[in-house]
Amino acid sequence: MTVEEQVKQIIMEQLNVTEEECVPEAKFIDDLGADSLDLVELIMAMEDHFGLEISDDELAQISTIQDVIDYIASRQ
Amino acid sequence: MSSKKTIALVTGGSRGIGRAISVRLSDSGAFVFINYHHNEKAAAETLRIIRDKGGDGEICRFDVSDFTATQEAIRNIIEKKGTIDILVNNAAVSVDGLFVRATEQDWNDTIDTNLKGTFNCCRAVTRHMMKQRSGRIVNISSVVAEGGNAGQTLYSASKAGILGLTKSLARELGPRNIRVNAVAPGFIETDMTDSLSEENRAKIISQIPLSRPGTPEDVAGAVAFLVSMDADYITGQVIRVCGGIYT
Repeated sequence: MTVEEQVKQIIMEQLNVTEEECVPEAKFIDDLGADSLDLVELIMAMEDHFGLEISDDELAQISTIQDVIDYIASRQ
Repeated sequence: MSSKKTIALVTGGSRGIGRAISVRLSDSGAFVFINYHHNEKAAAETLRIIRDKGGDGEICRFDVSDFTATQEAIRNIIEKKGTIDILVNNAAVSVDGLFVRATEQDWNDTIDTNLKGTFNCCRAVTRHMMKQRSGRIVNISSVVAEGGNAGQTLYSASKAGILGLTKSLARELGPRNIRVNAVAPGFIETDMTDSLSEENRAKIISQIPLSRPGTPEDVAGAVAFLVSMDADYITGQVIRVCGGIYT
């Protein structure tokens, strides 16, 4: 699986959303119905899956699915 | 109760109120990790009492005021048992004395164990409890957190901090089915209260509507209730176990 596919898979599981909803420009809070706790849990799941640590400052920069994909790609 | 064993951690579980809580949670069917810092013999005695009654547990040494050591110890519990369901933050020190003579060290010792220790343990279990969508945390405060007590300014401050922590954390973790409550004991007979003079003791008891000091078991009963299914809709609350002394 590509990074993009893996990220989408985690998002679908964590936020209980469909693949169709997981478009790159989808915003977690505005489009996917996540709250701040959901977002933190999502990031924790990403950290576990990709074996990295995302700081609070970096977390603040993340609002769309594409942001996550870009961030993880840049760290690999 | 489900077939899966409930896993509990009681900090400061070696003596006094912590021992009574450990035993009571074991009576309710939990596997209890009895945390202690200095007194291994007393912790082993708590475990012996639990085993004599047909329960089981393990003693587990770490200093709750040490963030890293606490994270590590709790991670070990989760790895070993696959989960942690109940956390009781009971470990506490009381450096009593008049405020005018209190030292910076007294303040640091009190806050580090009582308040930071509670933070450290909560912080170490929340990620796991969020993931499993369930958890129960009970923080042991004190009636002096709300009523104050001359000679216990530092202790009161640390115990009042625990109430704020409890109420905010209950709000934040409620959506993940993690309940966070506090128990505020009044005058309970333990080693901690042994140092009181007979005169002071009598004076305190004369102010208690139920006319007797509390026992560690009185406190343990409230904790057992809060972690039970009977309290499934209770979070962010403070139960005072004080014989009515709270003013």
